[in-house]
Amino acid sequence: MTTQLFGQPIKRNEDPRLLTGQALFTDDVKLPDMLYAAFVRSDFAHARILSIDVSGALEMPGVVAVYTAEDLGAYWQPGPLLVPPPPVPDLVFNPRMQVPLAKDKVRHVGEPIAVVVAESRYQAEDAAEQVFVEFDPLPAIVELEDALLEDAPLIHEDLDANLNAHVVQHKGDYAQAAAQARLIVKRRFLYDRGIAAAMENRGVVAAWDARAERLTMWDTTQAPVVIRNGIAAMLGLSEMQVRVIAPFIGGGFGPKIMMFYPEEVLMPWISMRLNRPVKWIEDRQENFFATTQERGQIHESEIAVAEDGRVLGVKDVFLHDAGAYAPYGLTVALNSQCTLLGQYDVPHYHTEFRSVFTNKPIVTPYRGAGRQHGVFVMERLLDLAAKELGMDRVEIRRRNLISPEKFPYNNEIIYQDFAPLVYDSGNYGPALDKALELIGYRRFIDEEQPRLRAEGRYVGLGLVTYVEGTGIGPYEGAKVTVETSGRVSVASGIGTQGQGHFTSFAQIVADQLGVGVGDVRLVTGDTAEFYWGAGTFASRGAVVAGNAINAAALAVRKKILQKASEELEIDQEDLELADGAVRVKGVPASAIKLGDLAARANPTRGAVKPGTEPGLEATDYFGPERGATASGVHAMIVEVDPETMLIDIRRYVVVHDCGRVINPMILEGQIHGGVAQGIGNAFYEQLVWDKNGQLLNASFMDYLLPTADVMPVIETDHMETPSPLNPLGIKGAGEAGAIPVGPLFAQALEDALSPLGVEILEIPLSPNRLFELVNDA
Amino acid sequence: MSQRYTIRLTVNGEKIERDVEPRLLLSDFLRHELRLTGTHVGCEHGSCGACTILLDGQAVRSCIMFAVQADGHALTTIEGVAPDWTASSGPEAMHPVQIAFWEKHGLQCGYCTPGFIMTLIPFLEENPHPSDEEIIQAISGNICRCTGYQNIVAAVRRAAELMG
Repeated sequence: MTTQLFGQPIKRNEDPRLLTGQALFTDDVKLPDMLYAAFVRSDFAHARILSIDVSGALEMPGVVAVYTAEDLGAYWQPGPLLVPPPPVPDLVFNPRMQVPLAKDKVRHVGEPIAVVVAESRYQAEDAAEQVFVEFDPLPAIVELEDALLEDAPLIHEDLDANLNAHVVQHKGDYAQAAAQARLIVKRRFLYDRGIAAAMENRGVVAAWDARAERLTMWDTTQAPVVIRNGIAAMLGLSEMQVRVIAPFIGGGFGPKIMMFYPEEVLMPWISMRLNRPVKWIEDRQENFFATTQERGQIHESEIAVAEDGRVLGVKDVFLHDAGAYAPYGLTVALNSQCTLLGQYDVPHYHTEFRSVFTNKPIVTPYRGAGRQHGVFVMERLLDLAAKELGMDRVEIRRRNLISPEKFPYNNEIIYQDFAPLVYDSGNYGPALDKALELIGYRRFIDEEQPRLRAEGRYVGLGLVTYVEGTGIGPYEGAKVTVETSGRVSVASGIGTQGQGHFTSFAQIVADQLGVGVGDVRLVTGDTAEFYWGAGTFASRGAVVAGNAINAAALAVRKKILQKASEELEIDQEDLELADGAVRVKGVPASAIKLGDLAARANPTRGAVKPGTEPGLEATDYFGPERGATASGVHAMIVEVDPETMLIDIRRYVVVHDCGRVINPMILEGQIHGGVAQGIGNAFYEQLVWDKNGQLLNASFMDYLLPTADVMPVIETDHMETPSPLNPLGIKGAGEAGAIPVGPLFAQALEDALSPLGVEILEIPLSPNRLFELVNDA
Repeated sequence: MSQRYTIRLTVNGEKIERDVEPRLLLSDFLRHELRLTGTHVGCEHGSCGACTILLDGQAVRSCIMFAVQADGHALTTIEGVAPDWTASSGPEAMHPVQIAFWEKHGLQCGYCTPGFIMTLIPFLEENPHPSDEEIIQAISGNICRCTGYQNIVAAVRRAAELMG
């Protein structure tokens, strides 16, 4: 190894293709004889389907077929439960999964009822309007708290109540903490729904080749291997007959890993039935109903604090909105439950949630995946407790941080990976200090804020901490091959949605093999090249796939050294890999190019020693014992215009620790993007439903995503506390930026508006909502 | 809907003549008829800017225009801004705005990127030395969900340097 590439801000390998419009996205696939699908979706949030009349649609120009649930026969099955419940005692769990097409009843607006297939997309959409569905509307459950009322209409009528799950977990004994407390603060917190709004909507192209007996599917999925295996099983095909390609994906953020969306189940079936390729591309309005969402929770929480500000215990009981179906198990709510205690050493914790069904689109993880709710509750409780004790908000945090010698730190409750929640490593105090210094905490509090307040200005500071469970198992794998050209090919099973895998993974391989980053060609998300793995989620790509790729590259390195040692008749210890070649240390003339060595390792005549594997190729896997816990601190200074309640973020600081950093440029980009989504979630984005479960703002005109003019400059700094759980020492980073922004906004805005006595217990906020809160205060 | 009109236009310097339905969106015409799939569609209601192209040198949103409205005009798509670039030509053959986005990590998933680039080319031609405020104003009609815009702003600054 000559130059260490790991840790360098290398420009991305994938960018030229993306910048020139040459990168393949799913909707770019066009095949001969391709058909186009459009869906008929429910206009009602909750209704019985009395009849479906497709006769008019069938007569429309270009229409080839119209299918309803009945046409699917035995293929009509509810989707699988993706994540079984964790082994928590006395857990109540009533899974109910989505169906490919609604049969007797619809449970949310936008639920698919029929699919029209035509020669063009325009014709398919025309015909979809000619499908007539007779509904008998039922009262809809829109508000979370209405779901469990005694007379609530039942969304799944085979259940006694709209209860998806009830989970209670304990650490210590909260009652004991409460009995000893100097102060108990109780509040009710709301965290409302939002959407991921990836710029690329979802889409599926399925092509059944009857002669080859093979199905090829392009899918905007974060988990191509899981899609392949599931689709093969559903269609009665061998897994090897199905190839799923997740090409370039225009943003994922979680909702593109919901197995299986109805459209993913139906396109392959239609293609096989009609023996023609078929494409479905979601439009933006559909994306607001048909793609999963996240975030609705209501928490009743309390914190028990000693005189000196030490947290003795926390009790949190919350309702979680699962939406109409709950295929993703308890992941989101468990994340809320398991992230709440954050960086703090809390001896007693009672946490309990009820996940309820509502007549709204399905909830699955979206960047942060429930973690932000927990962080919101804890950080708000600390702020409120500090206020009551007359303590500085930083002081109460510092006093409760888990100290470095306590790692690994066991929070005792069970996490989403079914293992006890144990933080692997962390060093929280220095990160807090760094954030304080960067934001200029004392100067702001002692000088700037009093001065500005005296001028009648409303300026406030926020500072919050968080942890993020990242890099969970089970495993990922990779195959690394040195080609005879000297280029290195790497195949992994995960999908990629902009995280820079083509570059950061190439850096890992380049270091192991002594080649340039540009010489490493990555393939992610094509099951023809690699078909083991779980997918890109939970900030796990770099951690789990990165370490698998490292392991495979290391195995290839060993093969190179062994082969070269035979060829050069010299000990392996005397060899080095550099500049795309293997050579005797200090003797450049001895170099054998890796491509030549690869050719020699794959003879086409003659004999090899028994047991010889051909080529310079290796496959390896990595599965961590448990997730790695990243952490960080966000701080900001915000000014509020008291007339309009518009905000101006004057400073935004992130100090982040995700272990060893592969590519700091890519990492910063992840932080920036996460913060932008966090800011959207905190102050701009909100789904607005009427009492019938109709979404009132299903367009980018009405659902406000952050644009460049509302984004602050984000100042970042990094700490590196390596994870002991993987050889590269990496922790995940994808979701961190988005997690603590809600409580940060609440604290900073409360601070800015403190002359007006506002208390903020909800997210999202908006200028309008701030105005109401100020008026109520 | 079956009536079709003949349109004649120039796309990336090439003369094109096609019969199209009057309701065919310009974005669909470019993507699916001409197979210029670098123009992406994000919202189909003119809000996100992913489908931005140049019409006679001006940035327009191709998802809220019909193909027939482009009759007689000259269009440039992302495929046309660096005609000499090929996968093997190396990145230096890209347009300075593309190079700047590459250098400054101004893209992640890359889906919105062509729309940003097509918005910025005429902007930088008219404003070769933009202030940060002008840059932010220029891109505030394009939505990016990945980058938080900070590196896009840096890329525009860099592009101005490269073009200047």
